[in-house]
Amino acid sequence: MTASTLPDLECDCLTKHFGASVAVDDVSFSVPAGSFFSVLGPSGCGKTTIMRMIAGFLEPTSGDIRIKGRSVLDVPPNKRPVNMVFQHLALFPMMNIADNIGYGLRRKGMAKGEIARKVDEVLDRIGLPGIGTRRVDELSGGQKQRVAIARCMVLEPDVLLLDEPLGALDLKLREHMKIELKALQAAFDTTFVYITHDQSEALVMSDQIAVMNTGRFEQMGTARDLYYRPQTAFVAGFVGDANRWQGRVIRAEGEALEIKTDGGLILRGVGPGRGLGIGDKAEVFVRPEAIRLAENTAQLSHFDTQISGHVSTILFNGAASRVIVADASGAEIEVTLPQSGEFAHLSRGMTVHIGWSGEQGNCFAAQGR
Amino acid sequence: MIPTIPQNPLIRVAYGAYVALFFLYLALPLTVVAVFAFNDSQFPSLPWEGFTLGWFFGSERPVIGVFHEDPILRAIGTSVTIGLAVSTLSVAVGTTNAFLFNRYQFRGRGLLYVLMLLPLVIPGIVLGISILVFSSTLANSAWDAAEIDLQALRPGLVLVILGQFSFVTTIATLVIAARLQKFDRTLEEAALNLGANHLTAVRTITLPYLAPAMIGAFVVSFLMSFENFNTTLMLVGSDSPLTIAMFDRLKLGSTPLLNAVSLLLMLGSSVLALLMIAFQRRS
Amino acid sequence: MLCRAGAVTRMRAGQKLGLILLLTPLLLWLSLLIIIPHIDLFLLSLRERVGVRQYETSLANYTTILTEPLYMVTFARTAIMSILATALTLLIAFPVSYYIAKMVRGRARSVLFLMCLIPFWVSELVRTFGWMILLRESGVISGLLQWAGLAAGPVEMLYNDASIMVGLVYTSMLFMVVPLVTTLDSLDDAVIEAGYDLGGSGPSILREIVIPHAVPGIVSGSIVVFMLSLGNYLTPTMLGGKDSLWFTQMIYSQFIVRFNWELGAAFGFMLLVLSSLIVWVVLRMTGQTLEKTMG
Repeated sequence: MTASTLPDLECDCLTKHFGASVAVDDVSFSVPAGSFFSVLGPSGCGKTTIMRMIAGFLEPTSGDIRIKGRSVLDVPPNKRPVNMVFQHLALFPMMNIADNIGYGLRRKGMAKGEIARKVDEVLDRIGLPGIGTRRVDELSGGQKQRVAIARCMVLEPDVLLLDEPLGALDLKLREHMKIELKALQAAFDTTFVYITHDQSEALVMSDQIAVMNTGRFEQMGTARDLYYRPQTAFVAGFVGDANRWQGRVIRAEGEALEIKTDGGLILRGVGPGRGLGIGDKAEVFVRPEAIRLAENTAQLSHFDTQISGHVSTILFNGAASRVIVADASGAEIEVTLPQSGEFAHLSRGMTVHIGWSGEQGNCFAAQGR
Repeated sequence: MIPTIPQNPLIRVAYGAYVALFFLYLALPLTVVAVFAFNDSQFPSLPWEGFTLGWFFGSERPVIGVFHEDPILRAIGTSVTIGLAVSTLSVAVGTTNAFLFNRYQFRGRGLLYVLMLLPLVIPGIVLGISILVFSSTLANSAWDAAEIDLQALRPGLVLVILGQFSFVTTIATLVIAARLQKFDRTLEEAALNLGANHLTAVRTITLPYLAPAMIGAFVVSFLMSFENFNTTLMLVGSDSPLTIAMFDRLKLGSTPLLNAVSLLLMLGSSVLALLMIAFQRRS
Repeated sequence: MLCRAGAVTRMRAGQKLGLILLLTPLLLWLSLLIIIPHIDLFLLSLRERVGVRQYETSLANYTTILTEPLYMVTFARTAIMSILATALTLLIAFPVSYYIAKMVRGRARSVLFLMCLIPFWVSELVRTFGWMILLRESGVISGLLQWAGLAAGPVEMLYNDASIMVGLVYTSMLFMVVPLVTTLDSLDDAVIEAGYDLGGSGPSILREIVIPHAVPGIVSGSIVVFMLSLGNYLTPTMLGGKDSLWFTQMIYSQFIVRFNWELGAAFGFMLLVLSSLIVWVVLRMTGQTLEKTMG
């Protein structure tokens, strides 16, 4: 491998135990130079532990961490070529903005004039020129965010770690910062490793996403992969919304499966390469936006799964509006409400028909029970 | 009973009057001390003989003012010396204690914490005699063993400083630990992450954050040392600090000179306290 | 793998060094100035002088104290007066603290709170001196009474138990007000409003909501005030006169005047035991701990 194709960050069989509990369990991944890599998972899944091990604040129980091909396990945190944007940013309140950004440069023993020049330069790059003399609490949430990134980027790290930095922001600003972060990453052309529990942050910004659960990576891939081709039931349930049923496989023809749910519904689905056979317990996931809503069954004739029921609740939420349809047995199914206007008159109790094609039903072997 | 809940106006007025009376009670002794500093008489009592600044600036008998009364000036000097030494020591040890209890988990930590609080519930005079007894034991042993005369362990400046330090340190520790408790440790991690080593991180981030508490602890320690009487009384040698010097004079009978000294003390502590408050507010 | 094990031990070693460096001043302070001196004091109190520079270990000093009525009376008197002073301070300070914490807002409140503190920035000696000027025969109050025609001649109000009490309460006030204001301040107004909303009356809310909430403050304030009163030397001596019988005066006279350190040490130790005992009982009764109330 030549230096240019060497991945910026590699983790090999990374494991971390805290006493008897396993926080990170045999995780391996590599992040190519200049890419945006996210670790997505619910709180407590171990993603923060991974990040702290990369930053050097925790020692792995076993496994290796390499940056640009060199193991950094023996490198103390203050000597590692990685920098971190902390969850609550950890800007130093006793210093002004310029001193915050210059902190790392001063530790390197850089000359004052040089520091000032670099600080000005990076402030320009994040679009906040001339704020060097301001105090931390005079900045808005988004500005602080950018300063925290600048404070790291001025050190030109090989990898920038970001620990849920958008968590503290309000919704509007968060949406805005997603775009901005992506743009900053492109501008600095640095490898970003981003951890979050917010799937939309990960989906929007990342080149690669690893979905993490209980210490393990469930699946690694692009946003599209995770969304359209989830490999595990956890990913199917965690990334995006889905209707979920449990049942047993009653027919299996190649990839096509037929499942009878515990509530008595017969659903079709696919489970490529998951070895589901007749009699196996299975879970079926169907996304609300994959279900077609219609006023009569004729419109649904090309779908192999069809259900009739009545509207039990309308969840109006602008473009993301949904209808909950209850079938004869009372089971509830979430369906995306098309915004074309044809269902504007829909009201509670009305009879509706829904249908979807079998390949939209993603089947996984059910765990336990 | 809070302002948002309607209350019988009579009760409200009575309550207000009670609080006013309380503050009158607080203010009364200090006011008379201050007022009689200006009485042109040999006694700090009625009748009022007219206004004078003699008890501050007078230089001839019988009216010798504070600024010409050498023993009092010397006592103030002694008190300041003791106060600075005690505050410096207490803030230093208080800071290390705060870090110890905040950062380390070790066996016996709980017990040590209780021991650290103990000086608060030991009567000052007992603290004084115990140190007096122990230091003379040491000094006597040194003399018996090798005929070394350890003057520092006999009543005097060093023992007074150690005696005051022994309980002021608890206060300093509590003040500094309270602020350290609120410190966000990710700031230190951020410093490490940006290339600082542990000591540099503490020096550049944690200590500046603690500075207001350390200054506050210093001022409080200084005032406590300056005011201390009970512990000092048992350990004092030939050079008395101000409180002891004033006490000795008071036993012989008071003149408005003592009022003048007291007034200066009040002004001094108020200025110190206000400075501290202003500083705290700024940061 | 080997070098990684090395890294681990290096980190631990650094931590251990830090721990030792921070423990040293604490241990030196506690052992040399608190623990060993008190043990030495106790040992001294067990020593009986049988001849010139000849000593025996015995409980003689303690039997002397227990069999001498004057000592025991003084001991009991000091304890009872201190408890009384603590109770009085609490009674006087509570309404004031409540007023500061709950009845006033904003600037007025910080000013009132500050005014409570101001008297305590000056020495106890000055405060006591102020009371002497007010209370003595030739004092301000006596003068005012005569001027108003309420008294025929000079009135001596100094040198009695009431004047000691006035001084003790005054001297300790701050240490009661500060913890009370702090705990009362942490009581959410909405809780009191909820109490009224649910039909409570002023007294019932005070009894069932306010006071239970303020217990930690009451306990820590009371402990400190009690300690300060018990260990006070200045106030009883100056406001109570020469024969005011305060236990600290006995300690002082044995140590400094009579030079009978053995007996003085026994006095000191009894005072320490008494104060520790009462603090312990109070903490036990209220279910508090020293760490919680003081730390």
